[in-house]
Amino acid sequence: MKALSWMITHPWRVIGALVTLGGLYGAYLRFTQGLGAVTNLSDAFPWGMWVGFDVMCGVMLAAGGFTISALVYIFQVKKWQPIARPAVLTAFLGYLLVVGGLMFDLGHPFKVWHPLVMWNHHSVMWEVAWCVTLYTSVLAMEFATFVFEKLNWERLARIFHHLTFPLTLAAVLLSMLHQSSLGSLFLLVPGRLDPLWYTPLLPFLFFVSAIAVGLTMTIVESNLSARAFGRCIEGPVLQSVAKVAAWVMGFYAVLRIGDLVQRGALSELWPLDRAAGFFFAEIILGLLIPLVIFSYPHFRKNTRLLNRGAQLAVLGFIIHRLNVGITGFEVVAGKTYTPAWTEIAVSLMLVAIGVTAFNLAGRYLPIFETEDPERTKIWARENKRLAGLEFSRASSAPDPR
Amino acid sequence: MKALLYDINLCIGCEACVDACKEENGLPEEPRDRLSATSFTYLTDAGNDQYYRHMCMHCVEPSCASACPVGALQKNEMGPVTYDYDKCIGCRYCMVACPFSDPRYEWESNTPRVRKCEMCKQRTLEGGVTACAEICPTGATTFGDRTELIATAWKRISEDPDSYAPRVFGTEEVGGTCVLMIGPEKILEAAIPGNLPDTAPPELTWAVMERIPAAVGIAGVSLLGINWIIRRRMSLAAQNGNAAEHSSTASELGQEEDL
Repeated sequence: MKALSWMITHPWRVIGALVTLGGLYGAYLRFTQGLGAVTNLSDAFPWGMWVGFDVMCGVMLAAGGFTISALVYIFQVKKWQPIARPAVLTAFLGYLLVVGGLMFDLGHPFKVWHPLVMWNHHSVMWEVAWCVTLYTSVLAMEFATFVFEKLNWERLARIFHHLTFPLTLAAVLLSMLHQSSLGSLFLLVPGRLDPLWYTPLLPFLFFVSAIAVGLTMTIVESNLSARAFGRCIEGPVLQSVAKVAAWVMGFYAVLRIGDLVQRGALSELWPLDRAAGFFFAEIILGLLIPLVIFSYPHFRKNTRLLNRGAQLAVLGFIIHRLNVGITGFEVVAGKTYTPAWTEIAVSLMLVAIGVTAFNLAGRYLPIFETEDPERTKIWARENKRLAGLEFSRASSAPDPR
Repeated sequence: MKALLYDINLCIGCEACVDACKEENGLPEEPRDRLSATSFTYLTDAGNDQYYRHMCMHCVEPSCASACPVGALQKNEMGPVTYDYDKCIGCRYCMVACPFSDPRYEWESNTPRVRKCEMCKQRTLEGGVTACAEICPTGATTFGDRTELIATAWKRISEDPDSYAPRVFGTEEVGGTCVLMIGPEKILEAAIPGNLPDTAPPELTWAVMERIPAAVGIAGVSLLGINWIIRRRMSLAAQNGNAAEHSSTASELGQEEDL
């Protein structure tokens, strides 16, 4: 009885446990019998969910690390300081999970280090391998700062504090390279990828979308952690994040749609098939709707709507990457790919591990600026004020500043 | 550079090449109706006693070799695109990259290899002839110098223009291949994927890759420059007015407009 009531009050933990069990079963099959036993991959679909989601989306979802820290430490947006550490933590865990996911997907996980020694500088994959390795190391050093602080190892903490700027610079440059290169991977296949997704702009689109997700994922993450830790949400900060996200996403939308029109690719949408459905989900649900929400101060100031908009935007960019990696290949191949349940279970297990690790790090490491009661008080007042004015004439009210 | 010339009009569909390939590479009898991890070439019956052959095309500038992060796939100057299992990490980017979707994978294995025709590298790199060309009873598949084979192909086309489409597939397509194909237009069209790029795909990625060093330099210098300007403006602002008030303005409000 007691166990049952615990399960009802903690539904997410139950789901997390089930997902992890499924994932462990998938892992067992994967490492004993090979990829064929756990995946729906085939010679026609050599890449599926583990590349499309775990790697391509994983790297994108972790983009907040370089986006926010670039704005805070290079562009000196001091106001955003409180969200920098959570973003770096998300990025560090995200990249660890990307590497973890890669261990499932690679045919020879124990040869994962080969690209560092056996060079082919013509290969985009080689460049991605190097950048991800280096950037994960950079993130590990940023993460180490939090640990040193926690342990009160003052000298080391001070040394690493001085490294913040060079590390951030390295983070931005490395991210610029591999975030765009995930798009460049597909430049090689003009004949195999549907024109709705194949464009010479792919590297550029991937980089801009990484920045957009870096911003919007921060909003999502902040809402989640506020709930998990019973913390006050950084309302005013998140609104300015959304404002910047609106500019970035607007720029992306112009690029994306302008490119489709200019190449005459929109004619591919007829007849309305599976690919067209994924396309509309990507563009309307995941790009235009959140763009509208972020663009109007009136919507932006509604904390709940802002969170929903950010979730939609993140979802939309996830769909874009899945479309580039999977849907776009279905059209030319004349076959469809749907992940096996074991593939999904492994991917969700990685997400569950990430959430748990974030939870633990958030509890035991100096990630959130809870030590500043003044600032928390200001946020709480702001949030309350904004919540009360939802959908009223909030935008015409005098600016709180 | 060596190559294979496959002449659709000379092929009688005897599948001797398929058998020879299987024997040379130690592959099982089945399957023989598609490419697989245990089948590197097969014939399609196009009706009217006409056939066409499928196999790795051994591109002059192979997408797979360009894609491979560890150089497990290599273009040999003798012609074959070869595979080195010891290097391969199993990322399967080669399979995604191939414009002909040719490489196959050992999905059921826990130590999987990428499998495809390697143009009998154990023979051809030693100056020999591929097993399929050696066995072919009609001369439909012949092995030789690529330039000479292209000349041979054009000679056959000009001698019998009614039976051959006026083109040698593999001269230009995807930057050229080391498996050349001639025959009637209808069969050629069926044998070749519909939307092949005209130029070598690796050039598309290289155009981006070669700009990376410059991009890193420019971005790095710009970021440092922007950071310097912003810091200087902030310190000037702090010097000018009431320092405390200004810094709180900058941290709470001012920066949003700067973006």
